[in-house]
Amino acid sequence: MSEVQPIEGQNKQEEPNYLNWSYTIKSWLLTVDHKRIAMLYLVSITLFFIVGGVAAMAIRAELVTPKADLFSPDTYNRIFSAHGIVMIFFFLIPSIPATLGNFLIPLMIGAKDLAFPRLNLLSWYVYMAAGTLAVVALVLGGVDTGWTFYTPYSSTYSNGNVVIALFAAFLAGFSSIFTGLNFLVTIHKMRAPGLTWFRLPLFVWATYATSVIMLLGTPVVAITLMLVVAERTLHFGIFNPANGGDPILFQHLFWFYSHPAVYIMILPGFGVISEIIACFSRKRIFGYSFVAMSSLAIALLGFFVWGHHMFTTGQSMYQGMVFSILSFVVAVPSAIKIFNWAATLYKGRVTFHSPMLYAMGFMGLFTIGGLTGLFLSDMAVDIHLQDTYFVVAHFHYVMVGGAIMAFLGGVHFWWPKMTGKMYNEPAAKIAAILTFIGFNATFFPQFVVGYLGMPRRYAVYPEEFQFWHVCSTMGATLLAVGYLLPGIYLTYSLFKGEKAPDNPWGGVGLEWHTTSPPSPHNFDEVPIVTWEAYEYDVDDDGSIYDSPVITGESNSKEGEFHTASAAEHPAGD
Amino acid sequence: MGLDKLIGVDKIPFFPPEASTFAREIDVLYLVTWLLTILFLGIVVAMLGVLAFIYRRKSKADRSHPIHTHHGIELAWSIIPMLLGLVIFVWGAKLYADAYKVPDNAEEIFVVGKQWMWHIQHTNGIRENNTLTVPTGRPFKLTCISQDVIHSFFIPAFRIKRDVLPGSYTSAWFEATLPGKYHLFCAEYCGTEHSRMTGTVNVLTPEDYQRWLDQKGSKEEVEPKAVRAKTMEEEGQEIFETVGCSNCHTPDTTPRAPSLYAIYGKKRQMQNGEILTADRNYLRTNILQPNDKVTAGYEATMPVYQGNLTEEQVNSLLAYIKSLGTSEEPKPAGGEVKIKNGKVVKPAQAPKAINSTQGGN
Repeated sequence: MSEVQPIEGQNKQEEPNYLNWSYTIKSWLLTVDHKRIAMLYLVSITLFFIVGGVAAMAIRAELVTPKADLFSPDTYNRIFSAHGIVMIFFFLIPSIPATLGNFLIPLMIGAKDLAFPRLNLLSWYVYMAAGTLAVVALVLGGVDTGWTFYTPYSSTYSNGNVVIALFAAFLAGFSSIFTGLNFLVTIHKMRAPGLTWFRLPLFVWATYATSVIMLLGTPVVAITLMLVVAERTLHFGIFNPANGGDPILFQHLFWFYSHPAVYIMILPGFGVISEIIACFSRKRIFGYSFVAMSSLAIALLGFFVWGHHMFTTGQSMYQGMVFSILSFVVAVPSAIKIFNWAATLYKGRVTFHSPMLYAMGFMGLFTIGGLTGLFLSDMAVDIHLQDTYFVVAHFHYVMVGGAIMAFLGGVHFWWPKMTGKMYNEPAAKIAAILTFIGFNATFFPQFVVGYLGMPRRYAVYPEEFQFWHVCSTMGATLLAVGYLLPGIYLTYSLFKGEKAPDNPWGGVGLEWHTTSPPSPHNFDEVPIVTWEAYEYDVDDDGSIYDSPVITGESNSKEGEFHTASAAEHPAGD
Repeated sequence: MGLDKLIGVDKIPFFPPEASTFAREIDVLYLVTWLLTILFLGIVVAMLGVLAFIYRRKSKADRSHPIHTHHGIELAWSIIPMLLGLVIFVWGAKLYADAYKVPDNAEEIFVVGKQWMWHIQHTNGIRENNTLTVPTGRPFKLTCISQDVIHSFFIPAFRIKRDVLPGSYTSAWFEATLPGKYHLFCAEYCGTEHSRMTGTVNVLTPEDYQRWLDQKGSKEEVEPKAVRAKTMEEEGQEIFETVGCSNCHTPDTTPRAPSLYAIYGKKRQMQNGEILTADRNYLRTNILQPNDKVTAGYEATMPVYQGNLTEEQVNSLLAYIKSLGTSEEPKPAGGEVKIKNGKVVKPAQAPKAINSTQGGN
């Protein structure tokens, strides 16, 4: 690896990094640096997560009793709609791609920035405009349509601020189109010399597949939402049968995007998990090419399963069967990933740092989420389960147990790189375990109460379901603490945290080959890649940070690259 | 008796009551799918736990000759789960097909959903609000329509659910097996009082059901809301005559408009050449919005009835039109002379009308 030049150790301290080269507000708001834009996104999505989370706690509080005593049903409807709209359009969809993806894609492929830095900044502004609209819709009294905006309720009957909310979701879609487009071009055109497609980290593959969905799916839902606006304001007869429309048409168009959107939320999570598992078992991911290709397979197949949301609409039996069997098929690439990750541990050297705990938690929860999807792909059982709490539990296992666990795992994994600070590791471990327990306590009871017949979106429910709702609310309280903790110790680390070494986990990806935090232009010289992805050395446990003893001889693989920095951080500073 | 009793977990129920012929089959499939889920989850957790323990950082386990890829193993854990998934698919598809195909002897019940209540019409004229009364041992077909937004008719104890759409009919069927009172829910979010759009399914033994039918006129016993009315056909005939259908749509009046005698289920040609079947959806749309699709050979002169007829009235009207014979089995000539309000309708001409209309197509 003699092509890669060592960083000049003595100059490094003085060199500005992307965070400290300027502190002005203007330098943040007009930045075109992908890393700063990632941080802008991180702060913004965290704010929206808090809004959505408060709504979630309000929902759980109301459901402690079978009567609508805390809120009126109308208020309850507006709260669960706010929860869904904010969490999906303003947290989950941008979460990993716009923060970790934005930060890491250029670093992982050895580029100075994304292909279109200004488009990247625009995507954040569009996102913020959309988010502001959503907040305006909430402040003006909210929306009571649910995040699914089913017609003709949304287009004709609802008295909420539907048009504003629809515009918010429409705009948020553009933000995600810009991001997807940017990633696709960047990954195609800006990989470092020697970084061939099959040397790419699996996070890049997963983000690539996600970007394809964003680019192909989002326009469909954007136009669909505009059709609802047209029907609501101009009374076009598109979805309302009273004007000659077809209400089911909306569901086709909506789910054509919104099912793949589930993969927008979970695929980047798969990428994060691949990085974490490889690093903390010091092994190349088992079956790299199967894992990489399964992301593309999911992106492609994901476009052909939307009808499984509509088994009870009275669609033809054969149409249902086609969607059903394709839904079983789309589970296979996910199964491959799970088994391959587990197999990666074989003959590895496994350490249990907090990112790894999140990753292992992800594997348990996503496995349950994926397998319970089979109940819903199965037409006969789905007839009973459709629109019950079983569905609620299933998609929370995928999107919260899966996507958010992966997001938190990723944030913990790359936090030292992004901020240059180390967080309190014992607190992080406690948070990871608490989140896992709290999550299961919240959502597992919902599988049971769902099969018993408890429908979704009910403010009032029969008393016999109360036991399960109380369990669920108690779990949600634990889960909330699990989510608050990282907010506290990560923020604390920004001010009081130890300075992070460049490579605290002994990662081999290119992002670990630069300083923490990276310089504004990422790399002093364009790296030339001569090694395969995940060339971990199983005899090196990589834990520079918490085992200073090993630090001295830990950089066997990328030693040349890191001579200076490793010598400089003998004990994690 | 529910599956929970059989597997001994009935202290806290995990299954709703099994009160229809579908329920047990769905429960068994559900349970088998859970067993598969637990099996796979167990494999994943065991792999993770055992490997993470054996190869923990400090262990001295043999790490030589690691395997980075093995297509045989990967194909095995792709194909085996897929085959198991296909078994579940075929099983589920078969049950779904059973639930989809309505038995020929099913009696009809009409469901009208509206914000925020369920209205049930029995063919004998009994109407119920938020209550559905049925006997055990007989199949019933539900024909559903919504007056406003999308609702979903959900009876957990029967394991059936069918979305109730505005603008077109959906249907489902069931055969109740266990007398009792069960939940009826609206499962599709429909607005403010969605969670109060619930009711009771009252399953009676055949004897109790007969008693209920006999008492349908009296209000003090069994079901206060069940009010004896005209049968749906009778009510439909009354509407047929009072809102003006009979002015143009009887065999006598065919020059102005197509006869509705023996039209039910027949293929018809439109002005634009399209051929449509005169099923429930067709007839309903053409009553409410007659000028979108006009039968070949006629002018678009009929008034629009949308807003003037409730879905319940349309249901009755269709029941009457259906009683005028279907294309498969036209009413025998002169078999039944309907007399209403002194007017005599002449079904005797119906068979002739069928022939001429078919010729016209």
